[in-house]
Amino acid sequence: MPSWAPLSKEELAKARAPLSEEQLQQRRMVRINAETVTDTSATDIPGHWGPGQDDSWNLERFRKSLQITFHQNKPLDATFSLIGVDASIANAFRRILIAEVPTLSIEEVFMLDNTSIIQDEVLAHRMGLIPLIGGHEGLRWLRRFEKAPPKDDFAAQAKYDPDDVEDNAKTPNDHNTIVLELDVTCRWANEKEDGRDGRKLAKEGSTDPTEKYINSNVYAKQLVFKPQGEQVSMFAGENAIRTANPDILIAKLRPGQRIKLSCHCIKGIGADHAKFSPVATASYRLLPHIDITQPILGADAKKFAKCFPKGVIGLEHDAESGQEKAVVIDPMKDTVSRECLRHDEFKDKVKLGRIRDHFIFSVESTGQFNSDELFLDSIRLLKAKAEKFKRHLTELEEGR
Amino acid sequence: MSAQDNDREMADVNETATVDFSRQKQRLRLLPGSTETAASFAFDQEDHTLGNALRYMIMKNPDVEFCGYSIPHPSEATMNLRIQTWDGVSALEVLRKGLNDLADLCDVVEDTFTVSRDKFNAANSEQMSS
Repeated sequence: MPSWAPLSKEELAKARAPLSEEQLQQRRMVRINAETVTDTSATDIPGHWGPGQDDSWNLERFRKSLQITFHQNKPLDATFSLIGVDASIANAFRRILIAEVPTLSIEEVFMLDNTSIIQDEVLAHRMGLIPLIGGHEGLRWLRRFEKAPPKDDFAAQAKYDPDDVEDNAKTPNDHNTIVLELDVTCRWANEKEDGRDGRKLAKEGSTDPTEKYINSNVYAKQLVFKPQGEQVSMFAGENAIRTANPDILIAKLRPGQRIKLSCHCIKGIGADHAKFSPVATASYRLLPHIDITQPILGADAKKFAKCFPKGVIGLEHDAESGQEKAVVIDPMKDTVSRECLRHDEFKDKVKLGRIRDHFIFSVESTGQFNSDELFLDSIRLLKAKAEKFKRHLTELEEGR
Repeated sequence: MSAQDNDREMADVNETATVDFSRQKQRLRLLPGSTETAASFAFDQEDHTLGNALRYMIMKNPDVEFCGYSIPHPSEATMNLRIQTWDGVSALEVLRKGLNDLADLCDVVEDTFTVSRDKFNAANSEQMSS
Protein backbone atom coordinates (compact mmCIF):
# COMPACT_ATOMS: atom_id res chain seq x y z
CA MET A 1 0.00 0.00 0.00
CA PRO A 2 1.32 3.47 -0.81
CA SER A 3 2.03 5.75 2.10
CA TRP A 4 -0.76 8.10 1.02
CA ALA A 5 -3.43 5.39 1.10
CA PRO A 6 -6.33 6.20 3.42
CA LEU A 7 -5.97 4.77 6.91
CA SER A 8 -7.94 1.69 7.84
CA LYS A 9 -10.29 1.87 10.83
CA GLU A 10 -7.75 0.29 13.18
CA GLU A 11 -4.95 2.57 12.01
CA LEU A 12 -7.21 5.60 12.43
CA ALA A 13 -8.14 4.57 15.97
CA LYS A 14 -4.46 4.07 16.78
CA ALA A 15 -3.56 7.53 15.48
CA ARG A 16 -6.29 9.12 17.57
CA ALA A 17 -5.50 7.26 20.80
CA PRO A 18 -3.37 8.87 23.51
CA LEU A 19 0.05 7.40 24.21
CA SER A 20 0.13 4.34 26.43
CA GLU A 21 1.97 4.43 29.74
CA GLU A 22 4.79 2.45 28.14
CA GLN A 23 5.08 4.89 25.25
CA LEU A 24 5.12 7.81 27.68
CA GLN A 25 8.05 6.20 29.48
CA GLN A 26 9.80 5.49 26.17
CA ARG A 27 9.70 9.12 25.11
CA ARG A 28 11.54 10.13 28.27
CA MET A 29 14.59 8.19 27.07
CA VAL A 30 17.61 9.63 25.33
CA ARG A 31 19.16 6.61 23.57
CA ILE A 32 22.88 6.12 23.89
CA ASN A 33 24.31 3.73 21.33
CA ALA A 34 27.84 2.53 20.66
CA GLU A 35 28.70 5.41 18.31
CA THR A 36 25.71 7.73 18.40
CA VAL A 37 23.25 9.47 20.67
CA THR A 38 19.69 9.50 19.36
CA ASP A 39 16.26 10.82 20.43
CA THR A 40 17.84 13.91 21.93
CA SER A 41 14.91 16.31 21.41
CA ALA A 42 11.95 16.52 23.74
CA THR A 43 8.67 15.56 22.02
CA ASP A 44 6.14 16.71 24.61
CA ILE A 45 4.78 19.40 22.30
CA PRO A 46 1.09 19.43 21.28
CA GLY A 47 0.63 17.92 17.83
CA HIS A 48 3.79 15.85 17.84
CA TRP A 49 1.98 12.59 18.67
CA GLY A 50 -1.25 13.28 16.82
CA PRO A 51 -4.57 14.57 18.08
CA GLY A 52 -5.02 11.81 20.67
CA GLN A 53 -2.17 12.89 22.93
CA ASP A 54 -2.78 16.00 25.05
CA ASP A 55 0.57 17.68 25.61
CA SER A 56 -0.71 21.19 26.24
CA TRP A 57 0.43 23.03 29.36
CA ASN A 58 -1.53 21.95 32.44
CA LEU A 59 -0.46 23.32 35.80
CA GLU A 60 -2.14 20.62 37.88
CA ARG A 61 -0.62 17.87 35.78
CA PHE A 62 2.77 19.54 36.13
CA ARG A 63 2.33 19.86 39.90
CA LYS A 64 1.60 16.13 40.13
CA SER A 65 4.44 15.02 37.88
CA LEU A 66 7.12 17.31 39.33
CA GLN A 67 9.41 15.59 41.82
CA ILE A 68 12.38 16.95 43.71
CA THR A 69 14.47 14.63 45.88
CA PHE A 70 17.52 15.71 47.81
CA HIS A 71 20.70 13.63 47.90
CA GLN A 72 22.78 16.07 49.90
CA ASN A 73 22.11 19.47 51.43
CA LYS A 74 25.23 21.08 52.81
CA PRO A 75 25.72 24.88 52.79
CA LEU A 76 28.54 24.60 50.25
CA ASP A 77 27.23 21.64 48.28
CA ALA A 78 23.66 20.69 47.50
CA THR A 79 22.76 17.78 45.22
CA PHE A 80 19.19 17.02 44.27
CA SER A 81 17.15 15.48 41.48
CA LEU A 82 14.73 17.69 39.61
CA ILE A 83 12.35 15.35 37.80
CA GLY A 84 9.61 16.33 35.35
CA VAL A 85 10.77 19.62 33.83
CA ASP A 86 12.04 20.38 30.36
CA ALA A 87 15.73 21.01 29.69
CA SER A 88 14.99 24.65 28.79
CA ILE A 89 13.62 25.29 32.29
CA ALA A 90 16.38 23.42 34.12
CA ASN A 91 18.94 25.26 32.03
CA ALA A 92 17.35 28.62 32.84
CA PHE A 93 17.77 27.89 36.57
CA ARG A 94 21.39 26.88 36.02
CA ARG A 95 22.17 29.97 33.95
CA ILE A 96 20.52 32.29 36.51
CA LEU A 97 22.51 30.64 39.33
CA ILE A 98 25.78 31.33 37.57
CA ALA A 99 25.15 34.75 36.07
CA GLU A 100 22.23 36.58 37.66
CA VAL A 101 22.01 36.04 41.41
CA PRO A 102 23.63 39.14 42.96
CA THR A 103 26.44 38.84 45.49
CA LEU A 104 28.90 41.10 47.28
CA SER A 105 32.48 41.35 46.06
CA ILE A 106 35.42 43.73 46.23
CA GLU A 107 35.09 46.13 43.30
CA GLU A 108 37.43 49.06 43.96
CA VAL A 109 40.85 48.79 45.57
CA PHE A 110 42.52 52.02 46.64
CA MET A 111 46.27 51.47 46.98
CA LEU A 112 47.67 53.66 49.73
CA ASP A 113 51.01 51.88 49.84
CA ASN A 114 52.21 48.86 47.94
CA THR A 115 55.91 48.12 48.04
CA SER A 116 55.47 44.37 47.62
CA ILE A 117 56.61 42.65 44.43
CA ILE A 118 53.02 42.02 43.36
CA GLN A 119 51.83 44.82 41.07
CA ASP A 120 48.89 47.07 41.98
CA GLU A 121 46.62 45.82 39.22
CA VAL A 122 47.42 42.15 39.85
CA LEU A 123 46.85 42.58 43.56
CA ALA A 124 43.56 44.41 42.93
CA HIS A 125 42.38 41.55 40.72
CA ARG A 126 43.31 39.00 43.37
CA MET A 127 41.41 40.97 46.00
CA GLY A 128 38.30 41.00 43.81
CA LEU A 129 38.19 37.23 43.58
CA ILE A 130 38.19 36.64 47.36
CA PRO A 131 34.77 35.28 48.37
CA LEU A 132 33.13 37.27 51.18
CA ILE A 133 30.55 36.22 53.74
CA GLY A 134 28.39 38.09 56.23
CA GLY A 135 24.92 38.18 57.77
CA HIS A 136 22.36 37.11 55.16
CA GLU A 137 19.82 39.67 56.29
CA GLY A 138 22.33 42.48 55.90
CA LEU A 139 23.49 41.20 52.52
CA ARG A 140 19.93 41.17 51.25
CA TRP A 141 19.32 44.62 52.72
CA LEU A 142 22.31 46.02 50.83
CA ARG A 143 21.41 47.90 47.64
CA ARG A 144 23.23 48.14 44.34
CA PHE A 145 25.77 50.87 43.64
CA GLU A 146 25.46 52.17 40.07
CA LYS A 147 28.81 53.42 38.94
CA ALA A 148 28.80 55.76 35.93
CA PRO A 149 30.71 54.05 33.09
CA PRO A 150 34.27 55.26 32.35
CA LYS A 151 34.47 58.32 30.07
CA ASP A 152 36.43 56.48 27.38
CA ASP A 153 33.95 53.58 27.18
CA PHE A 154 31.77 55.11 24.48
CA ALA A 155 29.45 52.12 24.07
CA ALA A 156 28.64 52.10 27.79
CA GLN A 157 28.38 55.89 27.85
CA ALA A 158 25.83 55.84 25.03
CA LYS A 159 23.61 53.40 26.94
CA TYR A 160 24.02 55.10 30.31
CA ASP A 161 21.15 57.31 31.35
CA PRO A 162 21.70 59.08 34.68
CA ASP A 163 17.94 59.60 34.99
CA ASP A 164 17.45 55.84 35.01
CA VAL A 165 19.51 55.45 38.17
CA GLU A 166 18.07 56.21 41.58
CA ASP A 167 19.85 59.15 43.20
CA ASN A 168 20.80 57.10 46.22
CA ALA A 169 22.64 54.56 44.03
CA LYS A 170 24.85 57.08 42.24
CA THR A 171 27.26 57.72 45.08
CA PRO A 172 28.89 55.20 47.40
CA ASN A 173 27.16 55.23 50.78
CA ASP A 174 26.36 52.92 53.68
CA HIS A 175 23.43 51.38 51.78
CA ASN A 176 25.48 50.17 48.85
CA THR A 177 29.17 49.98 49.73
CA ILE A 178 31.12 47.91 52.24
CA VAL A 179 34.61 49.08 53.21
CA LEU A 180 37.40 46.63 53.98
CA GLU A 181 40.93 47.66 54.87
CA LEU A 182 44.25 45.91 54.81
CA ASP A 183 47.44 47.20 56.37
CA VAL A 184 50.33 44.76 56.66
CA THR A 185 54.04 45.53 57.07
CA CYS A 186 56.71 42.88 57.03
CA ARG A 187 59.76 43.16 59.32
CA TRP A 188 62.52 41.07 60.86
CA ALA A 189 61.54 39.16 63.97
CA ASN A 190 63.21 40.59 67.08
CA GLU A 191 63.89 39.40 70.59
CA LYS A 192 61.82 42.09 72.31
CA GLU A 193 58.51 41.63 70.49
CA ASP A 194 58.64 38.12 69.13
CA GLY A 195 60.99 36.24 71.44
CA ARG A 196 63.38 35.34 68.64
CA ASP A 197 66.01 37.21 66.65
CA GLY A 198 65.34 36.77 62.92
CA ARG A 199 68.70 38.19 61.84
CA LYS A 200 70.55 35.79 64.12
CA LEU A 201 68.49 32.87 62.87
CA ALA A 202 69.34 33.91 59.30
CA LYS A 203 73.05 33.92 60.08
CA GLU A 204 72.69 30.45 61.56
CA GLY A 205 71.30 29.32 58.25
CA SER A 206 67.53 29.42 58.77
CA THR A 207 65.60 29.35 55.49
CA ASP A 208 62.10 29.57 56.96
CA PRO A 209 60.59 33.00 56.23
CA THR A 210 57.86 32.59 58.87
CA GLU A 211 60.58 32.09 61.47
CA LYS A 212 62.84 34.96 60.36
CA TYR A 213 60.19 37.56 59.53
CA ILE A 214 56.88 38.79 60.87
CA ASN A 215 54.02 39.10 58.36
CA SER A 216 55.90 37.39 55.53
CA ASN A 217 52.54 36.04 54.36
CA VAL A 218 49.46 38.21 53.92
CA TYR A 219 46.25 36.29 54.46
CA ALA A 220 42.62 37.11 53.68
CA LYS A 221 41.79 37.05 57.41
CA GLN A 222 43.88 40.21 57.87
CA LEU A 223 41.26 42.25 56.00
CA VAL A 224 39.44 44.48 58.48
CA PHE A 225 35.75 45.33 58.07
CA LYS A 226 34.96 49.01 58.60
CA PRO A 227 31.19 49.29 59.05
CA GLN A 228 29.73 52.59 57.85
CA GLY A 229 26.57 54.28 59.16
CA GLU A 230 23.67 51.83 59.39
CA GLN A 231 26.01 48.92 58.69
CA VAL A 232 27.10 49.06 62.35
CA SER A 233 23.77 47.53 63.37
CA MET A 234 23.11 45.48 60.21
CA PHE A 235 26.45 43.68 60.35
CA ALA A 236 27.00 43.51 64.10
CA GLY A 237 28.80 40.66 65.85
CA GLU A 238 28.85 37.41 63.90
CA ASN A 239 27.12 39.11 60.96
CA ALA A 240 30.29 41.08 60.20
CA ILE A 241 31.58 40.99 56.63
CA ARG A 242 34.62 38.72 56.42
CA THR A 243 36.28 36.38 53.98
CA ALA A 244 34.73 32.95 53.45
CA ASN A 245 38.15 31.28 53.71
CA PRO A 246 40.45 33.03 56.20
CA ASP A 247 43.60 31.33 54.91
CA ILE A 248 43.62 32.58 51.32
CA LEU A 249 47.15 33.82 50.63
CA ILE A 250 46.99 37.33 49.15
CA ALA A 251 50.70 38.17 48.87
CA LYS A 252 54.17 37.39 50.25
CA LEU A 253 56.31 40.12 51.76
CA ARG A 254 59.92 40.62 52.86
CA PRO A 255 61.20 42.98 55.59
CA GLY A 256 60.48 46.63 54.77
CA GLN A 257 57.67 45.87 52.32
CA ARG A 258 54.17 47.03 53.05
CA ILE A 259 50.67 46.69 51.66
CA LYS A 260 48.13 49.27 52.77
CA LEU A 261 44.90 49.42 50.88
CA SER A 262 41.24 50.18 51.24
CA CYS A 263 38.57 48.21 49.35
CA HIS A 264 35.04 49.12 48.37
CA CYS A 265 32.78 46.06 48.02
CA ILE A 266 29.56 46.35 46.04
CA LYS A 267 26.84 44.05 44.86
CA GLY A 268 26.99 42.77 41.32
CA ILE A 269 26.00 39.86 39.11
CA GLY A 270 28.04 37.09 37.51
CA ALA A 271 27.18 38.37 34.03
CA ASP A 272 29.29 41.47 34.76
CA HIS A 273 32.24 39.68 36.35
CA ALA A 274 32.83 36.08 37.45
CA LYS A 275 33.79 37.31 40.95
CA PHE A 276 30.11 38.14 41.52
CA SER A 277 28.99 34.60 40.69
CA PRO A 278 27.54 33.07 43.89
CA VAL A 279 28.45 29.53 42.87
CA ALA A 280 31.73 27.76 42.27
CA THR A 281 29.83 25.38 40.00
CA ALA A 282 26.17 24.92 39.23
CA SER A 283 25.61 22.02 36.87
CA TYR A 284 23.30 19.15 36.09
CA ARG A 285 23.51 15.78 34.39
CA LEU A 286 20.79 13.43 33.23
CA LEU A 287 20.13 10.22 35.14
CA PRO A 288 21.68 7.26 33.28
CA HIS A 289 19.39 4.37 32.43
CA ILE A 290 20.52 0.77 31.88
CA ASP A 291 18.02 -1.62 30.37
CA ILE A 292 19.06 -5.29 30.44
CA THR A 293 16.85 -6.80 27.73
CA GLN A 294 18.05 -10.41 27.99
CA PRO A 295 19.40 -12.11 31.14
CA ILE A 296 23.17 -11.94 31.58
CA LEU A 297 24.29 -14.97 33.60
CA GLY A 298 27.27 -16.61 35.29
CA ALA A 299 30.78 -15.46 34.34
CA ASP A 300 29.28 -13.03 31.86
CA ALA A 301 27.41 -11.29 34.67
CA LYS A 302 30.68 -10.69 36.55
CA LYS A 303 32.32 -9.37 33.40
CA PHE A 304 29.28 -7.19 32.77
CA ALA A 305 29.45 -5.69 36.26
CA LYS A 306 33.10 -4.80 35.62
CA CYS A 307 32.08 -2.69 32.61
CA PHE A 308 30.46 -0.22 35.04
CA PRO A 309 31.68 1.75 38.04
CA LYS A 310 31.36 -0.03 41.41
CA GLY A 311 27.83 -0.27 42.76
CA VAL A 312 25.97 0.15 39.47
CA ILE A 313 25.49 -3.52 38.62
CA GLY A 314 24.87 -6.19 41.23
CA LEU A 315 24.69 -9.98 41.08
CA GLU A 316 21.57 -11.81 42.10
CA HIS A 317 20.80 -15.52 42.29
CA ASP A 318 18.60 -16.50 39.38
CA ALA A 319 16.22 -19.35 40.28
CA GLU A 320 15.48 -20.23 36.67
CA SER A 321 19.04 -21.00 35.55
CA GLY A 322 20.57 -21.55 38.99
CA GLN A 323 23.32 -19.06 38.11
CA GLU A 324 24.16 -15.51 39.11
CA LYS A 325 22.36 -12.84 37.15
CA ALA A 326 23.34 -9.23 36.54
CA VAL A 327 20.86 -6.63 37.82
CA VAL A 328 20.93 -2.84 37.90
CA ILE A 329 21.27 -1.53 41.48
CA ASP A 330 22.10 2.17 41.23
CA PRO A 331 22.16 3.83 37.81
CA MET A 332 22.94 7.18 39.47
CA LYS A 333 26.56 6.05 39.96
CA ASP A 334 27.02 5.23 36.29
CA THR A 335 29.24 7.40 34.11
CA VAL A 336 27.77 6.09 30.82
CA SER A 337 31.17 4.98 29.57
CA ARG A 338 29.52 2.59 27.04
CA GLU A 339 32.23 0.01 27.82
CA CYS A 340 29.63 -2.80 27.82
CA LEU A 341 28.73 -2.03 24.20
CA ARG A 342 32.29 -2.84 23.10
CA HIS A 343 31.83 -6.51 24.04
CA ASP A 344 30.00 -8.66 21.50
CA GLU A 345 28.38 -10.83 24.17
CA PHE A 346 26.56 -7.84 25.71
CA LYS A 347 25.87 -5.82 22.57
CA ASP A 348 22.36 -7.15 22.01
CA LYS A 349 21.46 -7.72 25.64
CA VAL A 350 21.64 -4.17 26.95
CA LYS A 351 20.26 -0.77 25.99
CA LEU A 352 21.83 2.36 27.41
CA GLY A 353 20.20 5.73 27.76
CA ARG A 354 19.56 8.74 29.89
CA ILE A 355 16.27 10.05 31.22
CA ARG A 356 15.46 13.31 29.49
CA ASP A 357 13.58 15.00 32.33
CA HIS A 358 15.58 13.72 35.32
CA PHE A 359 18.17 16.38 36.17
CA ILE A 360 20.70 15.64 38.87
CA PHE A 361 21.60 19.15 39.97
CA SER A 362 24.75 19.99 41.82
CA VAL A 363 25.06 23.47 43.29
CA GLU A 364 28.28 24.46 45.04
CA SER A 365 28.09 27.84 46.72
CA THR A 366 31.19 29.98 47.29
CA GLY A 367 29.94 30.59 50.85
CA GLN A 368 28.02 33.86 50.76
CA PHE A 369 24.65 32.09 50.63
CA ASN A 370 23.65 28.48 51.22
CA SER A 371 23.36 26.39 48.06
CA ASP A 372 19.67 25.57 48.53
CA GLU A 373 18.82 29.26 49.10
CA LEU A 374 20.64 30.12 45.89
CA PHE A 375 18.51 27.71 43.92
CA LEU A 376 15.37 29.21 45.44
CA ASP A 377 16.66 32.65 44.43
CA SER A 378 17.14 31.44 40.87
CA ILE A 379 13.53 30.22 40.75
CA ARG A 380 12.29 33.56 42.08
CA LEU A 381 14.45 35.48 39.61
CA LEU A 382 13.03 33.52 36.66
CA LYS A 383 9.55 34.29 37.93
CA ALA A 384 10.46 37.97 38.35
CA LYS A 385 11.65 38.00 34.73
CA ALA A 386 8.32 36.64 33.55
CA GLU A 387 6.42 39.14 35.69
CA LYS A 388 8.56 41.98 34.37
CA PHE A 389 7.76 41.16 30.76
CA LYS A 390 4.09 40.80 31.59
CA ARG A 391 4.19 44.45 32.67
CA HIS A 392 6.14 45.40 29.56
CA LEU A 393 3.59 43.57 27.39
CA THR A 394 0.74 45.53 28.96
CA GLU A 395 2.67 48.73 28.27
CA LEU A 396 3.24 47.60 24.70
CA GLU A 397 -0.46 46.97 24.19
CA GLU A 398 -1.26 50.37 25.65
CA GLY A 399 1.09 51.87 23.11
CA ARG A 400 3.80 53.12 25.42
CA MET B 1 20.50 42.22 32.00
CA SER B 2 21.57 45.58 33.36
CA ALA B 3 22.65 45.98 36.93
CA GLN B 4 19.90 48.43 37.77
CA ASP B 5 17.27 46.11 36.42
CA ASN B 6 18.54 43.19 38.41
CA ASP B 7 18.51 45.22 41.58
CA ARG B 8 14.83 45.98 41.10
CA GLU B 9 14.16 42.35 40.31
CA MET B 10 15.90 41.18 43.46
CA ALA B 11 14.00 43.79 45.47
CA ASP B 12 10.89 42.36 43.88
CA VAL B 13 11.98 38.92 45.01
CA ASN B 14 12.90 39.87 48.55
CA GLU B 15 10.08 42.33 49.10
CA THR B 16 12.45 44.46 51.13
CA ALA B 17 11.61 47.66 49.32
CA THR B 18 8.77 49.01 47.28
CA VAL B 19 9.76 49.26 43.67
CA ASP B 20 8.76 52.03 41.33
CA PHE B 21 8.07 50.14 38.10
CA SER B 22 7.04 53.24 36.13
CA ARG B 23 10.69 54.27 36.04
CA GLN B 24 11.64 51.06 34.26
CA LYS B 25 12.53 51.34 30.60
CA GLN B 26 10.37 49.53 28.07
CA ARG B 27 12.29 46.38 27.20
CA LEU B 28 9.79 44.79 24.82
CA ARG B 29 9.30 45.88 21.24
CA LEU B 30 7.08 44.63 18.44
CA LEU B 31 9.23 44.20 15.32
CA PRO B 32 8.07 45.66 11.98
CA GLY B 33 6.08 43.37 9.71
CA SER B 34 4.14 41.82 12.56
CA THR B 35 0.47 40.98 12.13
CA GLU B 36 -2.17 39.95 14.64
CA THR B 37 -1.41 36.22 14.36
CA ALA B 38 2.26 36.29 13.37
CA ALA B 39 4.46 38.58 15.38
CA SER B 40 8.12 39.02 16.26
CA PHE B 41 9.14 40.57 19.55
CA ALA B 42 12.48 42.02 20.60
CA PHE B 43 13.36 41.47 24.26
CA ASP B 44 15.99 43.97 25.38
CA GLN B 45 18.76 42.78 27.73
CA GLU B 46 17.64 39.14 27.58
CA ASP B 47 19.38 35.95 26.44
CA HIS B 48 18.91 32.17 26.22
CA THR B 49 17.83 32.05 29.88
CA LEU B 50 14.45 33.59 29.18
CA GLY B 51 14.44 32.88 25.44
CA ASN B 52 14.52 29.10 25.55
CA ALA B 53 12.31 28.76 28.62
CA LEU B 54 9.67 31.07 27.15
CA ARG B 55 9.89 29.37 23.75
CA TYR B 56 9.12 26.04 25.42
CA MET B 57 6.18 27.40 27.42
CA ILE B 58 4.68 29.02 24.30
CA MET B 59 5.18 25.85 22.23
CA LYS B 60 3.16 23.99 24.87
CA ASN B 61 0.15 26.04 23.75
CA PRO B 62 -1.94 24.12 21.13
CA ASP B 63 -2.99 27.43 19.49
CA VAL B 64 0.61 28.03 18.43
CA GLU B 65 1.75 26.99 14.98
CA PHE B 66 5.34 28.12 15.41
CA CYS B 67 7.49 29.63 18.11
CA GLY B 68 11.21 30.21 17.98
CA TYR B 69 13.80 32.57 19.39
CA SER B 70 17.13 33.88 18.23
CA ILE B 71 19.91 36.11 19.40
CA PRO B 72 20.70 38.05 16.21
CA HIS B 73 24.17 39.14 17.22
CA PRO B 74 26.32 37.98 20.17
CA SER B 75 27.51 41.49 21.03
CA GLU B 76 24.02 42.96 21.18
CA ALA B 77 22.05 42.07 24.30
CA THR B 78 18.78 41.43 22.49
CA MET B 79 16.65 38.35 22.06
CA ASN B 80 14.06 38.02 19.31
CA LEU B 81 11.01 35.81 19.70
CA ARG B 82 8.75 34.81 16.81
CA ILE B 83 5.19 33.58 17.39
CA GLN B 84 2.77 32.34 14.71
CA THR B 85 -0.66 31.14 15.74
CA TRP B 86 -3.52 29.10 14.27
CA ASP B 87 -7.02 30.39 13.51
CA GLY B 88 -6.79 34.07 14.30
CA VAL B 89 -5.50 33.71 17.87
CA SER B 90 -3.71 36.86 18.98
CA ALA B 91 0.07 36.48 19.21
CA LEU B 92 0.16 38.97 22.07
CA GLU B 93 -2.29 36.89 24.08
CA VAL B 94 -0.21 33.79 23.37
CA LEU B 95 2.87 35.60 24.68
CA ARG B 96 0.97 36.68 27.78
CA LYS B 97 -0.18 33.11 28.41
CA GLY B 98 3.41 31.91 27.96
CA LEU B 99 4.68 34.40 30.56
CA ASN B 100 1.84 33.50 32.93
CA ASP B 101 2.55 29.78 32.57
CA LEU B 102 6.25 30.37 33.20
CA ALA B 103 5.49 32.31 36.39
CA ASP B 104 3.07 29.56 37.54
CA LEU B 105 5.69 26.92 36.84
CA CYS B 106 8.21 28.79 39.00
CA ASP B 107 5.72 28.89 41.89
CA VAL B 108 5.18 25.14 41.68
CA VAL B 109 8.91 24.40 41.51
CA GLU B 110 9.54 26.69 44.49
CA ASP B 111 6.82 25.00 46.59
CA THR B 112 7.97 21.48 45.72
CA PHE B 113 11.61 22.39 46.32
CA THR B 114 10.92 23.89 49.74
CA VAL B 115 8.79 20.96 50.86
CA SER B 116 11.28 18.31 49.79
CA ARG B 117 14.24 20.23 51.24
CA ASP B 118 12.53 20.63 54.62
CA LYS B 119 11.63 16.95 54.59
CA PHE B 120 15.23 16.01 53.80
CA ASN B 121 16.63 18.32 56.50
CA ALA B 122 14.19 16.95 59.10
CA ALA B 123 15.02 13.32 58.23
CA ASN B 124 18.74 14.00 58.38
CA SER B 125 18.73 15.88 61.67
CA GLU B 126 16.87 12.90 63.21
CA GLN B 127 19.54 10.59 61.90
CA MET B 128 22.24 12.73 63.41
CA SER B 129 20.61 12.94 66.84
CA SER B 130 19.73 9.24 67.09
